[in-house]
Amino acid sequence: MTTVASVQEGTDSPYALSHLDALESEAVHIFREVAGEFEKPVILFSGGKDSIVMLHLALKAFAPAAVPFSLLHVDTGHNFPEVLEYRDRVVAAHGLRLHVASVQDYIDRGVLKERPDGTRNPLQTLPLTEKIQSEKFDAVFGGGRRDEEKARAKERVFSLRDEFSQWDPRRQRPELWNLYNGRHAPGEHVRVFPLSNWTELDVWQYIAREGIELPEIYFAHEREVFQRGGMWLTAGEWGGPKDDETVEKRQVRYRTVGDMSCTGAVDSDATTLDAVIAEIAASRLTERGATRADDKMSEAAMEDRKREGYF
Amino acid sequence: MSTTTTEALSATTLLRFATAGSVDDGKSTLVGRLLHDSKSVLTDQLEAVERASASRGQDGPDLALLTDGLRAEREQGITIDVAYRYFATPRRRFILADTPGHVQYTRNMVTGASTAELTVVLVDARNGVVEQTRRHAAIAALLRVPHVVLAVNKMDLVAYEEAVFAAIAEEFTAYATELGVPEVTAIPISALAGDNVVEPSANMDWYGGPTVLEHLETVPVSHDLAHCHARLPVQYVIRPQTAEHPDYRGYAGQIAAGTFRVGDPVTVLPSGRTTTVSGIDLLGRPVDVAWTTQSVTVLLADDIDVSRGDLIVPTKDAPATTQDVEATVCHVADAPLTVGHRVLLKHGTRTVKAIVKDIPSRLTLDDLSLHPHPGQLVANDIGRVKIRTAEPLPVDSYADSRRTGSFILIDPSDGTTLTAGMVGESFAAPEPVKDAADDDGWDF
Repeated sequence: MTTVASVQEGTDSPYALSHLDALESEAVHIFREVAGEFEKPVILFSGGKDSIVMLHLALKAFAPAAVPFSLLHVDTGHNFPEVLEYRDRVVAAHGLRLHVASVQDYIDRGVLKERPDGTRNPLQTLPLTEKIQSEKFDAVFGGGRRDEEKARAKERVFSLRDEFSQWDPRRQRPELWNLYNGRHAPGEHVRVFPLSNWTELDVWQYIAREGIELPEIYFAHEREVFQRGGMWLTAGEWGGPKDDETVEKRQVRYRTVGDMSCTGAVDSDATTLDAVIAEIAASRLTERGATRADDKMSEAAMEDRKREGYF
Repeated sequence: MSTTTTEALSATTLLRFATAGSVDDGKSTLVGRLLHDSKSVLTDQLEAVERASASRGQDGPDLALLTDGLRAEREQGITIDVAYRYFATPRRRFILADTPGHVQYTRNMVTGASTAELTVVLVDARNGVVEQTRRHAAIAALLRVPHVVLAVNKMDLVAYEEAVFAAIAEEFTAYATELGVPEVTAIPISALAGDNVVEPSANMDWYGGPTVLEHLETVPVSHDLAHCHARLPVQYVIRPQTAEHPDYRGYAGQIAAGTFRVGDPVTVLPSGRTTTVSGIDLLGRPVDVAWTTQSVTVLLADDIDVSRGDLIVPTKDAPATTQDVEATVCHVADAPLTVGHRVLLKHGTRTVKAIVKDIPSRLTLDDLSLHPHPGQLVANDIGRVKIRTAEPLPVDSYADSRRTGSFILIDPSDGTTLTAGMVGESFAAPEPVKDAADDDGWDF
């Protein structure tokens, strides 16, 4: 043990980690715990920035060996082509195995019905839960963050789900120190959230620090959009624009990536990561409030959907 | 990558802290005020609060609504679980474990305090130090939270009187010090009016100290390594077995305490085999030294058998291994913990079978009185237990190391987390009664 440099009152010791290092170390610890305790984990991978950061952390956690998990994408059928292209490229680059649960497939088979409003996000739950059951995944990594929404502020890092994937807030286990409890009965699984303690800004700063490549739609670009419900939506076969909606060309970027029918773009001229981070740091709207129509449904909307097995 | 924004924003540390206070002390308002005045509440969140406040016929926005999450709570108007909040200032990033202070939620406070480096204990200036306050202080002391802040709230209702504040601060500090709390910072505030939460109060010129937020920003995030035993619980063995890395064998884990250097002589527990550290990978880059709480992969000079659940320690500073663990525990499950209970014990990365041999006492937090041989502990009870484990465990005393001196008990039948345990003596433990070990009949 060498002597520790003397530390000024009120400053940090030379051994204090930066907040990004602390969050990264915690997330890596979570990935390794799951690798050590579960039989068949899978990472939910949408090609959105949170799942990209998750994959990056998993790659770091097990280097120089391969990531001991496969990936799972719930494809709504309304995904941005740029994002699907990115997804396939990353999967190939790292020699990973990708499972796809397709909403379109369920609609074609008549198991699920298209909603009148055309949005498909709420339709993801069944394909996801059936895929978890059929593949017998016992741990499912999600990119959910506790800062995203009030119901998520109480989510555990290890979140137990019953055989119907349901989340019961009263059945969640207290999480003490960094001792995660992953025990579950056959048929149950655990949702694991390695980014629980990250904020949107942390994610962006980490992407910048690590030089992680993202799908192009996260940066400002010219796009044909129309306005609906106060958001700029991309024209497409999913159901827009309607007769009374006008398409115009605008310089926009996406802050989140999801279903085209309910993911809105924001006016932006941020073409670099630095510009994006500066814009977010100055932003006075939370990520979902600005861009996700489905979370505005009601004060309790997210809570209800989590109970049903949504991530 | 140019410097500017990213670097300026990145040069911060992270402070995890917890709040404790009873339903009426104004804790939700304090948290709402911290978020609101530090500009961490965004427009759409504030609009939602304003809409909800208006729909209930309240005059202004009720800041407490910023933090009440689940429908059940909104209906009951209380908080029923630990909620985590995130905010940042240019100086620091914060993770707040917001825990309800109602009497039956001791376990939530224990949960929140377990990862906290600082606890804010809230009292109502009109009521002063009450039983509940003493309970909050006791939990902070028990969980060895390094920094405690006493926030004396509702100063506006006692005419901002210095004497009222001083008396409460003196009484609390004396009590907390007696429990072994190393540092108390008392701050007079009004969460409702905003005095001394983020902005200094114009109503309390007599107070010359920091506001709550200033204190949170400047309190040392302590990593006092000079007195820490180095400990690395092995999580996972990394063996690529590829053409590029045919013989790589790395032991992955998060350093739980202290510092490791390349060249250190180390011992692997429980086997007791010794070797030296031949390399340390810090997430993809080789380093000479690594410390808590970095996640690393350690390479060892000799090809010895190491697996998940083992503990790598300095040879000159190894903990004793034992199958008899004595600890102070908080029972967190609805079903009681009884003598003879067969459980699983998770310590670091190792989970072993265990049996509850004895529950010598239960502790009442309000007055720290001991009740001998309660026979069982129910939800939210704090007590002493003696546990016999099926395999030897290298445990530290919780007073020395929060991460390697802590454990959880798990119900083997349904996986419920039963109990949070802290090895060794607590502040309240009398001289332990040593009874003869009785090893007969423990067939696991």
